[in-house]
Amino acid sequence: MPTFFVNKDRVDVSKDVAADTPLLWFLRDQLNLTGTKYGCGLALCGACTVYVEGKPVRACQTPLSSLKQGADITTIEGLKTREAQAVQAAWARLDVPQCGYCQSGQVMSATALLAKNRKPTDADIDAAMAGNICRCAAYVRIRAAIHDAAKSLS
Amino acid sequence: MNPMRMQHPTAGTGISRRVFLKAAAATGAGLTLAVYTGRAAAQAAAGARVDPSAFVKIGTDNTVTVLVKHLEMGQGTFTGLPTLVAEELDAAWSQVRAEGAPANVALYNNLSWGPMQGTGRSSSLANSFEQYRTAGATARAMLVAAAAAQWKVDAKSITVKEGVVSGGGKRATFGELASAAARQPVPATVELKDAADFVYIGKRFARTDSKAKSNGTAIYTQDVKLPGMLTAVVAHPERFGARVKSFDSDSVTAIPGVRYVIEVPNGVAVVATSFWAAKKGRDALKVVWDPATGFKGSTADILAEYRRLAKTPGKPARNDGDAAKAIAAGAKRIDAEFVFPYLAHAPMEPLNCVVKLSADRCEIWNGEQFHTADQQAVAQLVGLKPEQVFINQVYAGGSFGRRASSTSDYVVEAAAIVKGIASAGKRDIPVKLVWTREDDMTGGYYRPVYLHAMSAVLDASNNVAGWQHRIVGQSISEGTAMAAMTTHDGIDATSVEGAANLPYAIANLSVDLHTPSIDVPVLGWRSVGSTHTAYATEVMIDELAISAGKDPVEFRMALLGSKPRHKGVLALAAQKAGWDQPLAPGKAGEKRGRGVAVHESFGTYVAQVAEVTVGANNALRVDRVVCAVDCGLAVNPDVVRAQMEGGIGFALAAALYGEITLKDGVVEQTNFHQYQMLRINEMPAVDVHIVTSSEKPTGVGESGVPPLAPAVANAIAAATGKRLRALPFRLA
Repeated sequence: MPTFFVNKDRVDVSKDVAADTPLLWFLRDQLNLTGTKYGCGLALCGACTVYVEGKPVRACQTPLSSLKQGADITTIEGLKTREAQAVQAAWARLDVPQCGYCQSGQVMSATALLAKNRKPTDADIDAAMAGNICRCAAYVRIRAAIHDAAKSLS
Repeated sequence: MNPMRMQHPTAGTGISRRVFLKAAAATGAGLTLAVYTGRAAAQAAAGARVDPSAFVKIGTDNTVTVLVKHLEMGQGTFTGLPTLVAEELDAAWSQVRAEGAPANVALYNNLSWGPMQGTGRSSSLANSFEQYRTAGATARAMLVAAAAAQWKVDAKSITVKEGVVSGGGKRATFGELASAAARQPVPATVELKDAADFVYIGKRFARTDSKAKSNGTAIYTQDVKLPGMLTAVVAHPERFGARVKSFDSDSVTAIPGVRYVIEVPNGVAVVATSFWAAKKGRDALKVVWDPATGFKGSTADILAEYRRLAKTPGKPARNDGDAAKAIAAGAKRIDAEFVFPYLAHAPMEPLNCVVKLSADRCEIWNGEQFHTADQQAVAQLVGLKPEQVFINQVYAGGSFGRRASSTSDYVVEAAAIVKGIASAGKRDIPVKLVWTREDDMTGGYYRPVYLHAMSAVLDASNNVAGWQHRIVGQSISEGTAMAAMTTHDGIDATSVEGAANLPYAIANLSVDLHTPSIDVPVLGWRSVGSTHTAYATEVMIDELAISAGKDPVEFRMALLGSKPRHKGVLALAAQKAGWDQPLAPGKAGEKRGRGVAVHESFGTYVAQVAEVTVGANNALRVDRVVCAVDCGLAVNPDVVRAQMEGGIGFALAAALYGEITLKDGVVEQTNFHQYQMLRINEMPAVDVHIVTSSEKPTGVGESGVPPLAPAVANAIAAATGKRLRALPFRLA
């Protein structure tokens, strides 16, 4: 029986769950962790971004069968780092979200960026965030909030 | 309990208003008020049934919950409407919550349309402005009256600030007074504040939904989970309107988790215990479609037919002077054909809807945009009365018009699935219908294809002497209940808005319309008619200005003599953009240009100046957009700014990439690799400037969109001399 750790909690995958089930739908339908969103199913939009072993991946294109036994998975619900708190505080301070549906993914990607780069330039932000579509195009504020979060961390 | 009823005038408007109170003290819930105006009041006066639901609830726990009758889809109505209540109530912003109101047209009618509860045409704030303030003022008066009675002081000596009621040396929170306030009579009149006394309106303050939308806890339809709920994925026809001939459910029921295979009006639904099982079932399902049915046309055929139609006069939408004669006599003539593609709304949350059907009620969870229409359509389908259909409003992950379905298509589809399950003897099973991204993108209900044929002339003195504007395209209202509201004398107003009311003073001007019927489902798309009319008119006027050898801003200003608000935003945008200063040159091999456009939609005036760089290989970059907006009184300037910023990015996505095409009836774009969205690296810098105004507030959810594409096109023309007359842009 495959076993993972989701937000530090041990999760045993039941035999009823097909091995080709994408991590996205396992999180949403089996674990009721609905903060991770379905947007495209083809890793084109970034709404389903989660961390596997600390690295951002697209959960919609991550079948359970591709995960290692004991894989460490972090979703928006388990995001607790200092960088995450700074990002989420900046998101609220600048009122980044509009419809908000993409924002879990945006916050996951922005937090991952700040975890490895405390002073991202605009070009760094473009490189790290271009995989996350915001249909409301709240990009002006996403950029500003990442800079704001970086400032609050320094 | 009969609601107490009071009538009171509103200063200056002459609109009478009734205030209903539901005293909920017995349940300990505190003060609950319902206020409504207009047609709903008239219906109530005529004896129609009125459910005294609430606009504002003040809990004994000191929360102020505002029931918002509109859909929050990103535009900020869950902040804007609570602001109106908080302002008049003098609540602390931290105690204010927003909650979606139920479907009840008598109570929650959209006063701009009515009688219909729904969200669209940027009407939420405008139609609620006095209604929600009155609700807040009424609740405040009752809290004050309760405090006065309790403290035995004159109500006039009591003050309210930030959720605290003070007087006679005593103070109390709203929560402490809520139960007593609920027992107070409803005041005969309430006074609304003078603008000078506003503490929230006109200021920046936080959205009610930012935190929940930044930590994954905000609930969208996609996130609704109910005990025993199943998920449905539907096999839709490849061609619009194709009918099911047969299907083989045996191949599907063997898939673990699949429970039901049900034919619905537009396909066959596979219902399973999880999305993944339902999708696997749907993908495996073999459906034979009746080859005699379904739309088999191609985009090229549609455009050929539109070009043929454009050579013949359409139905007149406006006719001033004699445009044909003026054009024949003009000194310099410009003829132009503009082409606009089908556009998908492509909200980040693909369509979905949760429905539970019981014997005597049907319950819906949805990012609900057309409450009344959807309620009626579902009631009819499942054989219940509209008031037996209950709608739970949740956040929508975008809509841009898609959830305002004139045929209630996806809501009815969800209801048809539970009806099918019920007819198999299984009631009370909630089902979540989920459209995949591909279902959403290929599922129709697009912004229609439009073709504009225009001719305009300058006379010998370089004045615009004639303007002929012919529009060809499907009506978004035809065949729906909307037509009664939008279509008169063969003109669907939403097809010509922005063109028939051209603001420029041109003596000889005609606008006419052809409305072909095509079996491709179409719908309004963020900013509706202005999505295409703003482009055609603002590119044409720019071309006339250049042809006349005049500055594009000055040229427009001279033609906007009697339009002060157009002129106001145009002057402001030009000034803030440094229009009178030369644009900084680009690097070697780059051409730079600056363009302008101004357009009014839904009573909101927006001008934008775009700065672009065209590099080697015609690579286009929009560097900056300076935007001036006049939306009357800006209730929350930061939300106004956000809507302009987002509207600009949304419009730029369409200008650069947006195009749905059909080949033999089949949609050629299925996901974001073929129907591209704007990404962060393509987003221009945006400067938004808001005109200070005391005019009544108008909406901002859509009006940032129309001027962007023509401003960018005019900037490209300034940089390269190329006039782009088809969207999306193709520079090569």
